Amino acid sequence: MVFLFEDTRGARPRLRFLRSGGALSWADVFAFLLLAAAAVLVVHGAGQMSQPLAQLDVAPVVLDPANLPEYALRTTLRMFAALAASLVFTFTVAMLAARSRKAEMVIIPALDILQSVPVLGFLTFTVTFFMGLFPGRQLGAECAAIFAIFTSQAWNMAFSFYQSLRTLPKDLTEVSRQFGFSPWLRFVRLEVPFATPGLVWNIMMSMSGGWFFVVASEAITVGDTTVALPGIGSWLALAIAQRDVAAVGWAVAAMAVVIALYDQLVFRPVVAWADKFRFEQTASQQRPRSWLYDLVRRTRLVRRLLAPFGWPLRWLAAIPRPHLPPLPRLRISAATGRLLDRLWLGVVILAVAWAVWLVAGFIATSLHWSDVLAAFGFGLATLARVVVLIAVASLIWVPIGMWIGLRPAWAGRVQPLAQFLAAFPANVLFPFAVTAIVVWRLDPDIWLSPLMVLGTQWYILFNVIAGAGAIPTDMREAASIYGIRGWQWWRQLGLPGIFPYYVTGALTASGGSWNASIVAEAVSWGDRHVEAAGLGAFIARATKAGDFPRVALGIAVMSIFVIAFNRILWRPLYGFAERRLRID
Amino acid sequence: MTLVQDRSLVDLRGVRHAYGKPGGAELLVLDNVDLTLKEKEVVGLLGRSGSGKSTLLRTIAGLIAPGSGAVVFPEKADGSRATVSMVFQSFALFPWLTVLQNVEVGLEAKRVAPEERRRRALAAIDLIGLDGFESAYPKELSGGMRQRVGLARALVVDPDILLMDEPFSALDVLTAETLRTDLLDLWIEGRMPISSILMVTHNIEEAVLMCDRILVFSSNPGRVAAEIKVDLPRPRDRQDPGFRMLVEDIYVRMTERGAPGQPREGLFAGTGIGMPLPRVSTNTMAGLMEAVAGGPHDGKADLPQLAHDLHYEADDLFPVAELLQLLRFADLAGGDLSLLPAGRRYAEAEVDARKQLFAQHLLAHVPLAAHIRRVLDDRASHMAPARRFRDELEDFMSEEYAAQTLKSVIQWGRYAEIFAYDEDADLFSLDNPA
Repeated sequence: MVFLFEDTRGARPRLRFLRSGGALSWADVFAFLLLAAAAVLVVHGAGQMSQPLAQLDVAPVVLDPANLPEYALRTTLRMFAALAASLVFTFTVAMLAARSRKAEMVIIPALDILQSVPVLGFLTFTVTFFMGLFPGRQLGAECAAIFAIFTSQAWNMAFSFYQSLRTLPKDLTEVSRQFGFSPWLRFVRLEVPFATPGLVWNIMMSMSGGWFFVVASEAITVGDTTVALPGIGSWLALAIAQRDVAAVGWAVAAMAVVIALYDQLVFRPVVAWADKFRFEQTASQQRPRSWLYDLVRRTRLVRRLLAPFGWPLRWLAAIPRPHLPPLPRLRISAATGRLLDRLWLGVVILAVAWAVWLVAGFIATSLHWSDVLAAFGFGLATLARVVVLIAVASLIWVPIGMWIGLRPAWAGRVQPLAQFLAAFPANVLFPFAVTAIVVWRLDPDIWLSPLMVLGTQWYILFNVIAGAGAIPTDMREAASIYGIRGWQWWRQLGLPGIFPYYVTGALTASGGSWNASIVAEAVSWGDRHVEAAGLGAFIARATKAGDFPRVALGIAVMSIFVIAFNRILWRPLYGFAERRLRID
Repeated sequence: MTLVQDRSLVDLRGVRHAYGKPGGAELLVLDNVDLTLKEKEVVGLLGRSGSGKSTLLRTIAGLIAPGSGAVVFPEKADGSRATVSMVFQSFALFPWLTVLQNVEVGLEAKRVAPEERRRRALAAIDLIGLDGFESAYPKELSGGMRQRVGLARALVVDPDILLMDEPFSALDVLTAETLRTDLLDLWIEGRMPISSILMVTHNIEEAVLMCDRILVFSSNPGRVAAEIKVDLPRPRDRQDPGFRMLVEDIYVRMTERGAPGQPREGLFAGTGIGMPLPRVSTNTMAGLMEAVAGGPHDGKADLPQLAHDLHYEADDLFPVAELLQLLRFADLAGGDLSLLPAGRRYAEAEVDARKQLFAQHLLAHVPLAAHIRRVLDDRASHMAPARRFRDELEDFMSEEYAAQTLKSVIQWGRYAEIFAYDEDADLFSLDNPA
């Protein structure tokens, strides 16, 4: 009986003793080497980060492939540091929102706005802030870069966690209340496990999105300040400035290797591990697998090495605390409650009004209404691009995604590729676009546009693939029995089936495209510079010139556009898909 | 000895609980319930859905604070008070924890040292017949095994009172019977560390099989309608005439109407449009009328027999029967369901005639249906947003009940063709798509 189940936590003490002792297995050695290597790399990279800023002038980024592994390491560390910060943010902020209604009133709309705001635009302000925090140290620039990556990762993670907390199964909540769980036990036994599958998925999405910002945030020019932190992003920026095609190729290769490595070494094991947290009572058919996860589970040495990390938590949980009777709940009448809500709302509105006044004052010191109008005009131009491009990308990828999704063998192969391509920062292709535009004398207003969806179109593809795969087989069989095909098939089965998935993909793609416009509307290749008229180019130009009021104006206008777009188009579509097209 | 037996573990006095908007009309779930649980007894709370028995159980568990009244755990000889632990209908296991970890979780919350935790959990697992499954995850187990985990988890914390909320109703018949028998064996042999069991059930036979005392709840609002002592010797035999008589007797009690002058006891609280309606399909109503009209029953059926023939449990049958009573298609009294002339006519009629008959009765006896129809007739456009009726309903009942009531009336109204409803627009109208 015992051997029927794979034992992960050594539930049977007797059995564990039987297996301890004996020689080390090859798996033990291999796993140990991996762990040791990871530790050495982290320590090395972290040591480099605290160097003085002047070190960058002594040893600037050079296009020597021998340096590339080091650069790749530092870039990766930055991304994981940002991820760690995002996790801390997620746990605290989402928890606060789920526990306190008053906090929720502020946090949720704020998250909603932040996740649709062009975070690239903030770079100008954060760099100045962090450089001031650590004057003369690389750490300031590092923090700014990490913060930029953080701003691209944190919001959807926090949202996912908050949503999980709001949908905790009622019976499990009752169990934890009935047994008198402490907040900590509730957190580790109920809340985090329940939220894990959604959170893991969002972490992976966040990492993909983060690459785009790595490239933009490592080599920063704000006004007169230019910092190039050692990393793949700076390498790429330098390669573009020097028109070195081979170096661009190297950067692409390095990214591919890094993405493949962290996929194999981090995400796959995490996904395989997170499978057990999926909230369903039936065993799933296909379980995600990972060789590393299997390796860790099979080796007792690694488990023993990892065990100390759990000790502090266990000590914390084991501290005997006097059993306090629960505090009597403060009973307030409904009328008082409503009054308090109104008061709180009033405070929030005042704070927002003050913020608007502050921003407006900042912008108004040097700008006129004509500038605002111009920014809105540029916004309309970028809006037109986003709409057309998403439409075109949909026309291309929906049929292809459907074709792939209906063939599980293909879907299994294409899905990871699409996710890989989504992680890939499209910036690396910009040089070729510039060359093409210059050589063939194309109109940049039109031909720069496709760059905006280069990286984001994949979200449409892999969501459509997932949607097509989820169309129930019996419905497809019914359609084929009644001879439903052609447009009727699409209208009555295909499109309704993928719609909820498509909306998710298109929403992500359009949000990403707005962000990408800041990079994609003004592109350089060596000394050649091509620019399209649009809000992205407006922000990029202002950033380069260190023109803070214009940057603020550009961001504000872009935020308004994105939020309006979400509210007017995507939100209702989402609601419609939830209401009418859910197959359950 | 008798003194020990009479000591009470928990006393409930005048417990009252209501859902709804404070200040506005509220739906009374529990009204003035008194209950005493003594040592060494198994007490069953029997009643239909909506009789507030789960609410009562959760009040004792401390999960819900009573609107008014008191839940008192009297001090025992050693100065301590009775502790409780609960088994859930849905098992409520943590899917990400193994069987062992699930059982340990209550001890972990009490900060019991890991070694002792493990020892006690393994003992509970052993007791409940789960050895060999310690490292399995709940999703690998069958329903019966999962509920065993739920039981072990409840027992391991050494509670004085074991609360069980319909513990066997999510299991198939065979599994449920095995689990009941195992639990009863443990109880009779005194191998469980508990002092008393309080269980909620809607299955009359289960209550008679397991309990020393049964409290029959009336619904809307929930009150203790009757207390029945079960003195049959254990182990009990379902085929025993005494057993059958007791079951029959409880069926009668559960279907009898209140004495004249008192509000009619039944599923339907409130009057007028504030009457919460159950989700019963017109197909089920038609099926029940046909079943009573035909075959051996010929218009009058004994409920226990009918439930048995149709493979229904009492709880599933009561709402349908009561709805037929509300619509004046049938009469429910003395444990019998008898068709009224309209019910007979319905059972014999063709599709269109059935619809007409149903429409007449729906408009005459369900005030909400009549209200919607009247509003539609009055308006020049013959349209009305459903929002409007939902708001009206929410003055009388919780949001959940309002949504369910509106859904029911929509289904019946569509069947009777007295109005149409467009879900996209959330709009009632008199349009007929035909």
